Amino acid sequence: MTKHEVTLHINGEDRTLVIRHADTLLDVLRLQCGLTGAKPGCENGDCGACTVIVNQLPYKSCIMLAIEATGHTIMTIEGLKHSPIQRAFAKCYAFQCGYCTPGFIMNAHAMLLHDTSIDEPTIQEWLESNICRCTSYEEIASAIRMAMSTMNANLPDNSKPNSPST
Amino acid sequence: MTENCSFATDHMEACGHRATHVIGHSVGRKDTQDKVTGHAKYTDDFSDNTMLHAALLTSPHAHARILSQDTARAFAAEGVRAVITGKDYPNKTGSPLADRHVLAIDRVRYAGEPVAIVVADSLAQAEAATKLIDIQYQPLPTIQSPKLSYYSNTPLLHPNLNPYVGDSAEVNPIPGTNIATHVPIRKGNPQAMWAVCDEIVECEVSFPQAHHAAMETHVVIAEVAPNGDIDITTSSQSPYSIPSLMQATFGIHPAKVRVHTPYVGGGFGGKSSPYIEPLAVAAALKVSGRKVKLRCTREQVMTCLPGHIGLEAKVRLGATRDGQFVAAHITYWFDGGAYADRGVIVTRAATQDCTGPYRIHHVHCDGFCMYTNHPPTTAYRGFGHPEQTLVIERAIEKLADKLSINPLELRRLNAIGPGDTTPTQARLTRSSIGDVQGCLVRLKQMLDWNGTATVKEGKTVIAKGIACVWKTSSTPQDASSGAIVRVNDDSTITVLSGVVEIGQGTKTVLAQMVAELFRIDIRHVNVVLEVDTKTHPEHWKTVASRSTLLAGNAVVRAAQDAIRQLKKTASFVLQCEADDIHIAGGYAYCADAHDTRAKIPIGALAKGFTFQDGHTVGEMAIGHGSYTIEHVTKLDPTTGKGVPGPEWTVAAQGVEIEYQKDTYSYRVRRAVSVVDCGKVLHPDLALGQIKGGMNMGLSLASREGYVYDDSGAVTNPQFRVYPIHRYGDHPTYDVAFLETPDLEAPWGLRGIGEHGLIGMPAALANALSNATGMEVNQMPMTPELLWRLQTNKGDGP
Amino acid sequence: MIPIDFQYVAAQSVAEAIRQYHQFSTSDMSTRYYSGGTEIITLARLHQLTMDAVIDIKPIPAAQVCSIVEEKLFLGAALTLSQITSHPMMSRAFPLLQVAVNEIADRTARNKITLGGNLCGDIIYREAVLPLLVCDSMVRIAGPNGAKEESIHRIFRRTMQLKPGEFIVQIATDKIYRCAPFFHVKRRKMGKVGYPIVSAAAIRLQDNIHIALSGVCSFPFRSRTMEDWLNQKHLPVHQRIEEAIQIIPPELILNDYEASREYRRFVLRTVLEETLHQLGSA
Repeated sequence: MTKHEVTLHINGEDRTLVIRHADTLLDVLRLQCGLTGAKPGCENGDCGACTVIVNQLPYKSCIMLAIEATGHTIMTIEGLKHSPIQRAFAKCYAFQCGYCTPGFIMNAHAMLLHDTSIDEPTIQEWLESNICRCTSYEEIASAIRMAMSTMNANLPDNSKPNSPST
Repeated sequence: MTENCSFATDHMEACGHRATHVIGHSVGRKDTQDKVTGHAKYTDDFSDNTMLHAALLTSPHAHARILSQDTARAFAAEGVRAVITGKDYPNKTGSPLADRHVLAIDRVRYAGEPVAIVVADSLAQAEAATKLIDIQYQPLPTIQSPKLSYYSNTPLLHPNLNPYVGDSAEVNPIPGTNIATHVPIRKGNPQAMWAVCDEIVECEVSFPQAHHAAMETHVVIAEVAPNGDIDITTSSQSPYSIPSLMQATFGIHPAKVRVHTPYVGGGFGGKSSPYIEPLAVAAALKVSGRKVKLRCTREQVMTCLPGHIGLEAKVRLGATRDGQFVAAHITYWFDGGAYADRGVIVTRAATQDCTGPYRIHHVHCDGFCMYTNHPPTTAYRGFGHPEQTLVIERAIEKLADKLSINPLELRRLNAIGPGDTTPTQARLTRSSIGDVQGCLVRLKQMLDWNGTATVKEGKTVIAKGIACVWKTSSTPQDASSGAIVRVNDDSTITVLSGVVEIGQGTKTVLAQMVAELFRIDIRHVNVVLEVDTKTHPEHWKTVASRSTLLAGNAVVRAAQDAIRQLKKTASFVLQCEADDIHIAGGYAYCADAHDTRAKIPIGALAKGFTFQDGHTVGEMAIGHGSYTIEHVTKLDPTTGKGVPGPEWTVAAQGVEIEYQKDTYSYRVRRAVSVVDCGKVLHPDLALGQIKGGMNMGLSLASREGYVYDDSGAVTNPQFRVYPIHRYGDHPTYDVAFLETPDLEAPWGLRGIGEHGLIGMPAALANALSNATGMEVNQMPMTPELLWRLQTNKGDGP
Repeated sequence: MIPIDFQYVAAQSVAEAIRQYHQFSTSDMSTRYYSGGTEIITLARLHQLTMDAVIDIKPIPAAQVCSIVEEKLFLGAALTLSQITSHPMMSRAFPLLQVAVNEIADRTARNKITLGGNLCGDIIYREAVLPLLVCDSMVRIAGPNGAKEESIHRIFRRTMQLKPGEFIVQIATDKIYRCAPFFHVKRRKMGKVGYPIVSAAAIRLQDNIHIALSGVCSFPFRSRTMEDWLNQKHLPVHQRIEEAIQIIPPELILNDYEASREYRRFVLRTVLEETLHQLGSA
């Protein structure tokens, strides 16, 4: 099996790796980079447990080749520290077995990077990409609301979308 | 998170309730930081460069003779280290009945049955080489319906059923038939009582097998050391059952098998059968000295590994005019698939609790677990009870309609209670059964129940449906758990228990128990989250909503033991009676001492106490404790008489749906559960268990199920074609708890891991039946099912 | 994990893609153009697809176009479905396509799935083609013999009829169609993510309904005969629909894990009723 050297930019670091072109990003992250936060749940793009953020957008790393990600900025759950969404997942008991959690958190984080004042249909549209079998989803919904409100509260007043100008 | 949670206080007095500072409070989870940072390690997260990888080849045929197997090309492929087929291991495996080969020999009995394993340097090489194995099959006739399998026995799937080795207490196969087990219940004399009944209803209920859908697929890493020791890391709910299975399968002495279980990514019963562990060990034995990893794909979990059992059932229920239940006759033909596995125990569990939590003096029930050419089956959250509940609750709903009695009142009238007997004639006490009546009263209020009257708004119909739930565990008579509680130098405590952390949070609850007894903050209690069968005391299995009872009792005893040791040492130091020593806040002190200097940090007592002059008294503080269930008996093989489990958790559940008449589509608006949990130990974890179970139950009932092709192969083994609740599919969940204590359990707790799920299919079926005026007796309850029922009724659009 | 090996190259221009294809072909390598790649990866994992090389067309600027020139909307084949749904222009420029592709797979997957990939896939639904069929879109194709523009109806017959070495660069759609009154509906077994039992895209043009369907058969289609029946306004709606459904040979209606043949026919009937109603043709 032919292998090639590539450099991926992951969690702020350049990682030079020897991979097959047919290797998925998920396999390379887990087996070569030791970044096991992204999980294989279906390897078919259906469950979202492997979600990582590439250039600010969530991607299912099982349906992306690692080589496609060269030249792009990759962030995995290991690169996310003390974020509002992680704190909210902790506080709201928005996980049980924890296997889908990195994928949910990365998707939700990308959504909140995108916009912190989104409505319920938009949240649903983003989050229905992931499957959680343990919780009732109500816990995850609470976590999203909590993260949104902390993020909005932390914004300087004049940057709040609807705050009256003084 | 607690806004939906309310606690009834009716039973608190009876509980001898006194203020607790950790028990009863939501104190976070011990696995939080690991899990929100991605740091938590599951079995597949362990890998190294020297590890070999195994890939499974499975049968495409649901039933076929294996004519030939040629592995030469696969063995010659790049990176391949071993190719294993059935011939390599003539051994039989399976628990409780050894009715299958490790890999199929001569015959395959379901599409997905493992036929070969390739071990290679990389997974890609192993997987690629599986396609180079040439196997010739001769397809054979198949049987798919368990009821047909019962009546025809053709094809006979296990002609040599007689010599199979099994545990006769657990399984009762009938040679010459496709019956993997038969469980009879004979209570009273129903035959004589039908004449007394003013109203008799009959229903037939059915559903296909389904998928657990734990997000982590099954993974095993196995290594055979030069001295023959076997080291296994596995995503299992039953690590302690693996050594004995290895002995039964390969003749390996159990003491030579060590099993590690790190975090497990959900189980729901699907990881209670050690199904792929023998496969991984079979592979590891061929490449001794090398670690081999076998990870199932999602498709393999859905076709090859045991799933949720299917069912065809018939129920006859009779009552007097005033609504007293008189007699029930129930037959279950469970679709256990091609091999017995745990499906036979599920069958027993459903049969022993067949009436639901109702007083019925005359019961005739036969539970048959049938062999078919479908995948095998195992435990699934609820373990026979969602199935049993759907059957009886549909009959009750129909009976209520015929008798013109409010269905909730009919259930209250017949609710089982202390002094009554179960179908297995076990006499109930206030401790062994929760408060069914109380659950119904509360449900009535929370669901704004005014009967089944539906509200119509144009093409939309709003309807409600309810169901009552009970469950005891089908634990073996000697189900046990052990625990060790260590006191550390820094006055923290470490707890060791063999419970697997599968998301349910039991290890957090065990830490709460220890914190409560030591009267310290839970932050000062560490609990070892992974399991190692060599170093952790045995815990039967992490199944059956039994961990808090078994491990809880063990941990309480271990903590009390450690406290006793600390007190003894402290009594030497403080010069008072051990009984007068208090342990609290991380200190030991004498009860009547006012001198704060006389407080000794418990860490200073951890290895005895060393005085300033260097001399030491006392000894190292290590508490140990254990618990074995008592008073559970085998069921009589002809009448089913016996005590199947220690206690019954009961619940009443309901749903409200919004149904569209023109499209047959519907939405569940809200779902309500009232659960008598004995004692709420951790409100948020308890809510999470119940709400998560309800969500899984509604998903199962509304949309899940295998669709087989003409031969019996599963055609929808991927999430994109196997629908499952996603974010936004969930309704609003409301949960309330009653607290009727189980006197055997710590703080009176009752198991709640499964109960949120159990009544959901029945409640949804009743709501849909009320909305449509049809008998909705099947799962999954898709719009297509409702359309079909209407069309068959002859008045479709 | 993909068990087969293949070589991956990213093409920076149409010419480079064609040149690469030629080069691989002369070395006897089976080659596929690669856009979102989601289907290639998922099928290759299951041994259902094999190739020696893939040529990624995403970097090609022409395949990333989203612009209107002389009332024609040009959409690059490598645009992701998310780019199409979130583009500020799309709700006016081609709302039918916007709503139709927004129902494919899920939000995260749509960040990867591309327009061209969905059109050329093996998955039987290919729902992105429905709006193009009803809007008589033109398909701009690059190949060894240069560029060409073909009507979607010539190039899409059940599947994309591309010759070896050809790939779709852009889709062009006229304003008269893409801004016409439209209706889209997707009915699934259950839930909001998944394949269709029936999905329909329709527009009303000069009082006539154009409609294309996916999920009914093992390929998406638009049938003029069906439309002729649906547009017979002198007939009762019920009869128009029954006649339209009769056009489909019964054995071609899918019968699988999503839905039985009979139920699909029922769903199709309700979808057609709703379409006629919504587009004011009932």
